[in-house]
Amino acid sequence: MSISTCPSRDRDDISVLDDGDRALIEATQAGLPLVADPWAAVGAAIGMSGEEVLARFQRLRLTGVVRRIAVVPNHYRLGYLANGMTVWDVDDQRIDELGRQLADWPGVSHCYRRPRRLPDWPYNLFVMLHGHHRDEVEAQAERLREWLGDACRDHRILYSSRILKKTGLRLATAKGASPCSE
Amino acid sequence: MSSETPSRGFPGDPDRHPHDAATARHDAVAALSEVERRIINRLQLGVPLTPDPYGDLALELGLWVRELLDALSSLLDRGILSRFGPMFQAERLGGALTLAALAVPEADFERVAEVVNAFPEVAHNYRREHHYNMWFVIACDRPGRVASVIEAITEATGLEVINLPKEEEFHVHLHLPV
Repeated sequence: MSISTCPSRDRDDISVLDDGDRALIEATQAGLPLVADPWAAVGAAIGMSGEEVLARFQRLRLTGVVRRIAVVPNHYRLGYLANGMTVWDVDDQRIDELGRQLADWPGVSHCYRRPRRLPDWPYNLFVMLHGHHRDEVEAQAERLREWLGDACRDHRILYSSRILKKTGLRLATAKGASPCSE
Repeated sequence: MSSETPSRGFPGDPDRHPHDAATARHDAVAALSEVERRIINRLQLGVPLTPDPYGDLALELGLWVRELLDALSSLLDRGILSRFGPMFQAERLGGALTLAALAVPEADFERVAEVVNAFPEVAHNYRREHHYNMWFVIACDRPGRVASVIEAITEATGLEVINLPKEEEFHVHLHLPV
């Protein structure tokens, strides 16, 4: 799959991971410790100073390996009961420009271009929308449809009706695995 | 390889309580205090990468560091937050991800769900209301593995998997204000 579609991000970025980075990723995959000095606590576990842990995290964020260090809420427990994967059949000539602008829409968590699989699957733009109720998601989708105008031929909302599995994405690094964002 | 989304702490932390969204999905909407709301809203944006991140956050939120850490700990234990930690971008770790879907006959749904979930590379799997009713993310440690996992799922389920790898990422940031 393509990983080099953003100009600022390319395959070479992977090579910036050294053994120290990998140790850091493994040590924090389960979470950042909730102690007064989390950098020192992580460092103590992998033989690194707190300063080095922080410096490495700063660099990993700059290179995009780490998107952010943040909390991940459980949508449902926060009352976001309607989680719709909206899919759109958007003009290939305009999708990139429109997709980039969608980043600023409230309620949009993920927005990707994916391939069509014709004839069964004509949708090339995926936008995750979250609302307290379906009405809210539908209103968002309606506004989106209007905004896309004649660039969009069709769309669907695929609500999740059941979580069958959710383990987080855990990728092998040196010898462990890491959850990846979203 | 762990099969649970860890909720907090270090690997090996005896207090760790994996509490994933799947087990919590029927739980009631959580009752949140005003302080908890502030913490959730602020920490979805990410902690500052400064020498004293919790101190800086506590100051910004008008809390003591101890209050902030206790509240975070409690939110994780109650399953209101499923995780607190670094969010990695899979491809930058040398791995590969894809989104895939199956159109599963209703009568066969449970069996197929079990078969698909049994693959360790399947990270998330959702039932969705559509002809394509099963949607899952496949995460592999090497880009080449994705195709063989898809092939194996096709073989194990007898159904054709549609593979929809991301071609362009416009935006990834879940932020749910409470």
